Amino acid sequence: MAEIVLDKVTKRYPDGALAVSDVDITIADGEFIILVGPSGCGKSTTLNMIAGLEDITTGELRIDGQRVNERAPKDRDIAMVFQSYALYPHMSVRENMAFPLRLAKVDKDTVTKKVEEAARILDLGQHLDRKPGNLSGGQRQRVAMGRAIVRDPKAFLMDEPLSNLDAKLRVQMRTSVSKLQRRLGTTTVYVTHDQTEAMTLGDRVVVMRGGLVQQIGSPQFLYEQPKNLFVAGFIGSPSMNFVPGSLENGQLSTPLGAFPLTDRIRSLVESANAPREVVVGLRPEHFEDAALLDDSAKASGGAFTATVDVLESMGSDKFAYFTVDGDTATSAELDELAADLGSTDSSDSGSQLVTRLSAASAAAEGASLEVWFDSDKIQIFDPQDGRNLTLES
Amino acid sequence: MSHTADAGAEAAQDPAPDAEKGKRKAVSEGKRAERKLGLLLCAPAALVMIAVTGYPIFYSLWLSLQRYDLRFPDQREFIGLENYITVLTNSYWWTSFGVTSLITVVSVVIELVLGMALALIMHRTIVARGLVRTVALIPYGIVTVVAAFSWRYAWTKDTGYLAALLAPESDLLTQRVPALAIITLAEVWKTVPFMALLLMAGLALVPDDLLKAASMDGASAWQRFTKVMIPVMKPAILVALLFRTLDAFRIFDNIFVLTNGAQQTGSVSMQTYNNLIKGLNLGIGSTMSVLIFLAVAVIAFIFIKVFGTSAPGSDNGGKR
Amino acid sequence: MAVIGATSGTGAKARWAVLDVIVVVYALVPVLWIVSLSFKTKETIADGNFIPRSWTLQNYKDIFTTNEFLRALFNSIGIALIATAIAVVLGTMAAYAIARLDFPGKQALVGVSLLIAMFPQVSLVSPLFEMERSLGLFDTWPGLILPYITFALPLAIYTLSAFFREIPWELEKAAKMDGATPAQAFRRVIAPLAAPGVFTTAILVFIFCWNDFLFAISLTSTEASRTVPAALSFFTGSSQFEDPTGTISAAAVVITIPIILFVLFFQRRIVAGLTSGAVKG
Repeated sequence: MAEIVLDKVTKRYPDGALAVSDVDITIADGEFIILVGPSGCGKSTTLNMIAGLEDITTGELRIDGQRVNERAPKDRDIAMVFQSYALYPHMSVRENMAFPLRLAKVDKDTVTKKVEEAARILDLGQHLDRKPGNLSGGQRQRVAMGRAIVRDPKAFLMDEPLSNLDAKLRVQMRTSVSKLQRRLGTTTVYVTHDQTEAMTLGDRVVVMRGGLVQQIGSPQFLYEQPKNLFVAGFIGSPSMNFVPGSLENGQLSTPLGAFPLTDRIRSLVESANAPREVVVGLRPEHFEDAALLDDSAKASGGAFTATVDVLESMGSDKFAYFTVDGDTATSAELDELAADLGSTDSSDSGSQLVTRLSAASAAAEGASLEVWFDSDKIQIFDPQDGRNLTLES
Repeated sequence: MSHTADAGAEAAQDPAPDAEKGKRKAVSEGKRAERKLGLLLCAPAALVMIAVTGYPIFYSLWLSLQRYDLRFPDQREFIGLENYITVLTNSYWWTSFGVTSLITVVSVVIELVLGMALALIMHRTIVARGLVRTVALIPYGIVTVVAAFSWRYAWTKDTGYLAALLAPESDLLTQRVPALAIITLAEVWKTVPFMALLLMAGLALVPDDLLKAASMDGASAWQRFTKVMIPVMKPAILVALLFRTLDAFRIFDNIFVLTNGAQQTGSVSMQTYNNLIKGLNLGIGSTMSVLIFLAVAVIAFIFIKVFGTSAPGSDNGGKR
Repeated sequence: MAVIGATSGTGAKARWAVLDVIVVVYALVPVLWIVSLSFKTKETIADGNFIPRSWTLQNYKDIFTTNEFLRALFNSIGIALIATAIAVVLGTMAAYAIARLDFPGKQALVGVSLLIAMFPQVSLVSPLFEMERSLGLFDTWPGLILPYITFALPLAIYTLSAFFREIPWELEKAAKMDGATPAQAFRRVIAPLAAPGVFTTAILVFIFCWNDFLFAISLTSTEASRTVPAALSFFTGSSQFEDPTGTISAAAVVITIPIILFVLFFQRRIVAGLTSGAVKG
């Protein structure tokens, strides 16, 4: 159990490339913290620096108040689970899990006891004498977890431990990782590029981009109060819709039509010194089929009419996809998000909108639909620096 | 080296490629230390190879420009290209050059066909695959001289089973054309498995799905072989051909044992050996060494030029 | 999925079995013939029968009582073992560097060893003959060991670097996280994984050294360092034996035994070594 503090930690390679810049994170004892971001954002480098697998260029790393920058990985008492699991192929499951204990010269009986205990927790009892090569992906993942937990380390580091599993198993393992962490109460740093994992697993999430920490907070907080366009677009699935907008006299004009700002947003925007041209963000669940609402409910928002491109019925609700004419929102951060998702071919005519409607909606593909949205839930961003202009301070 | 330059450029473009973590570890401890370690680790191997091949090549070039006969060491003197003129105007040299080329071409062609067949058998047989692979390795591993003796005794008139079976009346090893055929047979027998193994490595690169897709697309077995497998395997085939051609060109052991170069069946290696060890003529021997080296260099050059970048060791070859 | 047109079922199995038999006959007949000769008596050795009419161990007794063969066998074993050991150590170092490190001259080294792999050995015989005579290495063990190492190194470097590329090096990091020192990580994790590749390479290099004839016959002149393949050709016409066929055959069989053993026990490794080293380069 330990508190881990990263104090202005920076990683610069000898060739001058800056991988991680001035990262300040205080990870509380027993906390489950997630480092998330697109590939190349520096999250794995940060994890490797905590592990001791990479040197820290400047700054300080403290575990339980002690500076550990210069300590070798083996002297930090930290266990790590790798993306490839890194199981030793020439050792049986039992030997794999016993390996860290044997290196620590733990006596034989204790080793046996601890390995069997870990095997019981992870449901690996009947596989102890098999070689990793004969195990399924999920079993290998559990062995890797077992190897980490047997020695009761101060902290677990996990480097995308679920990304080699198929989708169904990943969901299943996600809950068992979470349960295991809660049960052991060990400080855990978990790296992933998958925002769903980040949202579901962590006590707190650290969103990184280009070597810089963008925002740290609980999943709910990041979702509701994203500090900038990047966090807003990265957190949430389906992700936030962005459309360009212009502010004038408390009116917001967007491709969805013009509507007055609510008082709350208007005062936030004014105190944030908003520019005229902005990017407006709307979460999919803040839309609704206008036909399902009464007039008083409709009055508290805006509405537009468009043709449904695609309709996905999920049972509990329906996702309707629209293309709205007009300009598309542009900013460097949005481009990066699009590149990360692999959707570089943004539509040339208008913005794509994803809306989550009630299952009762009569929306149909190809038919036009009047869609209402909650104008008090919109978020407004500065397209230049990406900052959120509607943050509650 | 271009390699290091590439790595630098890559790093500059992408500040923190997660996938490169393994390499980054070494970089973080200093690129210079890595380079130093690399050079240190390679130095012994490089030194031995250069000392035993590099220097002698130049020494051989120097010897080839001298009259140097160990039986008459007093007559040693620098004579320029005279040895080359002697050798290149000598009909024995050209005969052995012709013999070597003929054996090389014929045996490599036969080996390619048989090797491909053997590779397919070893790769795809559904019965006794281990047995076939094991047995096929015997010709590869056996000492060439041993195999050559077996062939010699098999073809010796009156005492050999093959001679008794196929040509009881004539002594084939003492006639030029049959003797050359026997030499080629011995060479082919010994090296088909090696060829097959190289080709099998290529076969392993042909995904089964590709063949299934081809047969769904209506390709017959022969079309799948020629239109799908051969093109995918082409790099492996070229590597195998290159290796074997250069190897066949230096044929020595089989000829030495089977005919000892009699009836004009000697190869260029035999000629060189005879001049050097039997004739003790270092000048002429070295001249022939240089000429063989040049011939091999030309063959390798043609292969690489004509067939492109598929030589082993090129980046392309390494990543397949 | 079979390309030769066979479909599954017993018919296909039978066809494959026929092909397999052809391969087995092809590979074994010349070997069996020399084995047969080695067991023939002096009276029947010239009868041309594939199977001996009468069997004897006399040929083996003869060679194992002559110094000529025993000394050559000793030379063969000693020279091949030493050359293999050195070539594998040097090759392992170089291959590790090539597979794992980035340093200037790497491509040059790969290129040079490729050149040597294709080098006409006879081109080296003249200069080495002269150099070794002046250095006093002619007709000594080191005189053969040196060229053997040189020509075995490219083979060793290719095979080993192909093997080393396959090792999941992330395990080294995992071992460090599990509390291992760099030395422990090497000894307990990396070495056990690299060992099969090193072993396979050693077999291939040994076969190469064991096989050589050109250097053995050119760079030796007496029993002091003559290896069996070279000595075999000197059995011919030796006055010691009336007819050398039987003894040559017996000696040939003896030096084939290690090869047969390697092939029998390490078939998989040899195939893996040759295919990965030769093609992946």
